[in-house]
Amino acid sequence: MAELYRADVLVSCLHGRSPELVSALKQELDRRGLAGEVKVVETGCRGFCTMGPVLTIQPNGIFYTDVQLADVPEIVEETLVKGRAVQRLLYKEPATRKVIPNYDAIPFYSKQMRIVLRNCGMIDPQSIDEYIAVGGYEALGKVLSSMTPEQVIAEVQKSGLRGRGGAGFATGRKWEHTRKAAGEVKYVIANGDEGDPGAFMDRALMEGDPYAVLEGLTIGGFAVGTQQGYIYVRDEYPLAVQNLRSAIDRAHEYGLLGSDVLGSGFDFDIRIVRGAGAFVCGESSALMQSLEGKVGEPRAKHVHATDRGLWDRPSCLNNVETWANIPPIMNKGGEWFASIGTERSKGTKAFCLVGKVRNPGLIEVPMGITLREIVDDIGGGPPKGREIKAVQTGGPSGGCIPASMLDLPVDYESLTEAGSMMGSGGMIVMDDRTCMVDIARYFIDFLKDESCGKCSTCREGIKRMLEILTNISAGLGKPGDIEVLESLAKTVQLASLCGLGKSAPNPVLSTLHYFREEYEKHIAEQFCPAGVCRALIAYQVVAEKCKGCGLCIKACPQEGISGTARQPHAIDQVKCIQCGACFEVCRLDAIQVVPRSAVTVGSNGGNGYKPVREVVR
Amino acid sequence: MPKIQSLEELRTLRAQLKQDIKARTETSTTITVGMGTCGIAAGAREVMQVFLDELATRAIDAHVVTTGCIGMCSKEPLVDIQQSDGPRITYGNVHPTMVPRIIEEHLIHGNTVQQWVVGQLA
Repeated sequence: MAELYRADVLVSCLHGRSPELVSALKQELDRRGLAGEVKVVETGCRGFCTMGPVLTIQPNGIFYTDVQLADVPEIVEETLVKGRAVQRLLYKEPATRKVIPNYDAIPFYSKQMRIVLRNCGMIDPQSIDEYIAVGGYEALGKVLSSMTPEQVIAEVQKSGLRGRGGAGFATGRKWEHTRKAAGEVKYVIANGDEGDPGAFMDRALMEGDPYAVLEGLTIGGFAVGTQQGYIYVRDEYPLAVQNLRSAIDRAHEYGLLGSDVLGSGFDFDIRIVRGAGAFVCGESSALMQSLEGKVGEPRAKHVHATDRGLWDRPSCLNNVETWANIPPIMNKGGEWFASIGTERSKGTKAFCLVGKVRNPGLIEVPMGITLREIVDDIGGGPPKGREIKAVQTGGPSGGCIPASMLDLPVDYESLTEAGSMMGSGGMIVMDDRTCMVDIARYFIDFLKDESCGKCSTCREGIKRMLEILTNISAGLGKPGDIEVLESLAKTVQLASLCGLGKSAPNPVLSTLHYFREEYEKHIAEQFCPAGVCRALIAYQVVAEKCKGCGLCIKACPQEGISGTARQPHAIDQVKCIQCGACFEVCRLDAIQVVPRSAVTVGSNGGNGYKPVREVVR
Repeated sequence: MPKIQSLEELRTLRAQLKQDIKARTETSTTITVGMGTCGIAAGAREVMQVFLDELATRAIDAHVVTTGCIGMCSKEPLVDIQQSDGPRITYGNVHPTMVPRIIEEHLIHGNTVQQWVVGQLA
């Protein structure tokens, strides 16, 4: 007989200090004799990462943020014994400092629509019982007992679901191709090789709701006619691997995997394969090579994976987020799913909102929402006093969308048209202190390491682009650099085999397209207006504004600022390393960024700067 | 764990498992037990435990929540029952032995146990 509890305490996420928090809560409840009444549940990511660990107490729906170990006795005493909320732990709206006690009233959540992440943070990801209790495996049961594979595929087609890994190929069509492909042995594969810097949607999903991925994959296996599924997870995600493994074991015990699933006669099994973390292995053909135990290099795709993929058998590969969309589609129907989103992009998409916003985290929004709504309403806008400059979507191979285009709806077509892409769901918000040359250089540097080296255009072209970008940011840019960059970018795009090479120039092309004058300033004026490229800038005290408070003197790691109290201070340009510490601490805007050429140092009249040619390996 | 053999078996299992996550799902009934110092001293914890056990055994769709002192300490343990849009009925001096009858008559048959009611909020 199931045990009934009067309250559940949900602790998110699975990282940081949550494990200690869980044991402290359990201890305290035990000590107070409440262990039989109140259940503590460890759940997956709730997405509100800056506020973590977060605690939700049900049925009251009380939502505590940034909970410390020392808060535990008070929470137990006040909320669980006396039924009162601990005011200081409740979420406060940053702008108004107004307390919002229930999580669904918080703007961060109220603008979201959670289909894929429906269970993340709501259930214990290790418990198949909780997954079943919230409606899990109903979709699989329905499919196996009352639908033919063709009907399943038709339903997915009706839903308009497209690949969530980034390219956006129609999922139903992929399934149909695989089903119709010749051959007895076929495979379904879930791509959990998430590699974009700053993106963790797939990790949160695999950790927080592993059964949803398993159920989707099993339904896919039935639809395309196979008995074997694979989940490819990078080894940097140990908790995802652990939760998926235990989920597979439990599903076997319950007869939801293995032979004769749910007594239907359908046999299906899933294996987990760990990848070594190469970015290129997120590319479908490279992933399959890696699955086979070979070096993860892409191959030409004139033959589709749906005809000859893994071990030359027809293979259907989808992102884990795509798979997790399948159970709700089967439960509620393709038409329901197609009613969400825009004309050609249906449903919702999970994004990792990071960078210069107040509430970074994991979010899920309906397609067609504008970037502005995401950044301002869900993300809470830029930190005080800053302005949004651009939003980068699609990971390293995506592009930067300028602030003037924030009303762009988020869907596959609009993002591609704007020179970026949907990608797997990274979304980096940049403010006015971000240098676009530096950003392009950062992503190109990442891609230089991750290019597998098979195509010379990608291998060499990216490296040359990096050299030019590094030179520009070091003050060694020369006229004509921009044109060379453009021509290199187009060549890499044109002549590389796989998606990595084809999209690698995007960061350069999109920043050149929208922020060309910033590149020109770096080269012609030798100045970085954002104040990032240290070789091109100097910090200067504005004497009229400086009240001589001494904050900058304390902040300077070089002891390079001098001055007496209440008199304007001065920066020693020889000692200055352009770290910006003084700029950050000054409350009066009395420190400004100027071109290096604007300051004079010492008696020789030079600016104290000797350019050093950076060596690019 | 025996393997689940059909969709029906899965649904039966789900109905049982739903008890486990009762606190997180919407129910039509809220049972509020007064658990201030006065309530606890008068035996509210035992009363609440019997409510939890009875609801689990009978698989009744209801939440049990606690609250602090409402001021009527002489009538503790106080138990309020609110069903969807209905009035909030308060029972006073509730003893664990009274719980099965309250559940039977009030929750299942929809008749308040008038003799134990101390008040009601429309």
